[in-house]
Amino acid sequence: MSAPLDIEGPAAPPRSNGELVFAEPWESRAFGMAVTLYDAGAFTWPEFQAALIARIAAWEASAERDEPHNYYGLWLAALEDVLTGLCAVTTDEVTTRARSLARRPAGHDHRDHSGHHDHSH
Amino acid sequence: MTTTAGSAEHLPPALRTEALEQLLTERGLIDPKAMDGLITTYESTIGPLNGAKVVARAWTDPEYRRRLLEDGTAAIRELGFGGFQGEHIVVVENTPTTHNVVVCTLCSCYPWPVLGLPPSWYKDPAYRARVVKEPRAVLSEMGLELAHDVRITVRDSTSEVRWLVLPERPSGTEHLTEEELVALVTRDAMVGVAKVAAP
Repeated sequence: MSAPLDIEGPAAPPRSNGELVFAEPWESRAFGMAVTLYDAGAFTWPEFQAALIARIAAWEASAERDEPHNYYGLWLAALEDVLTGLCAVTTDEVTTRARSLARRPAGHDHRDHSGHHDHSH
Repeated sequence: MTTTAGSAEHLPPALRTEALEQLLTERGLIDPKAMDGLITTYESTIGPLNGAKVVARAWTDPEYRRRLLEDGTAAIRELGFGGFQGEHIVVVENTPTTHNVVVCTLCSCYPWPVLGLPPSWYKDPAYRARVVKEPRAVLSEMGLELAHDVRITVRDSTSEVRWLVLPERPSGTEHLTEEELVALVTRDAMVGVAKVAAP
């Protein structure tokens, strides 16, 4: 597709809408996990959606409204809610694992999400 | 977002995400490699390009346009696009006198197979709340000034209905081919927060 090189305005080509879909790599992983698990039939989309709506509603009703809106943070929380409900994984397990990941030595490459780190137990 | 190390209850989401991915991988519930492919598909392969192809076809083929407005999901599937979040797509047409703009007031329902992933402003609480109450003002802030006699309809997406806007074909594009028209169609126009301009 050879689009004219418009940078702004409605005539800018579709790929130049200029918006990052994922602000950080973890956001794409959180997104991918939910969609992958849905594809595998772990839960229905309305189930996940209901959990997400509940998380967003809770955030909107809370004092944290003053903090920047973190959509994928709420997405991740909703995913944890659904998985906890399915007994696939518990919030405590995630917290424990995340804590041990936090203790990794400095200099660990946090950007590499495709490799498997063996710092956890 | 807090990043205080050692605060157990406020672990950064990046760490929680990584922890969750490890646990799910160990339990055989997800395959990280398959997930990589899926993310890439949504990030770069789908994008709003699929939607642009649908719009350009509707502009150049009146019979397709009729089918698209009648049954969006089926007509979009004709072009090979469908699947996850692509069920129940309803297409509405913008004209010189009526303007449709799409929102999901509850969360972020969006026709992924044709528009890719929703942009950040679509998920923003301010957009979701305000566009319903004062669409003309919100559109104006986003750079779209509509005349006062243009009727604006706000379409609220849900899991039952995902709205897609068929923008007006700009005048002065009569000589363009379908392929050339594809390049003009933007995501914002298909959500209804912009118009398509002639090149």
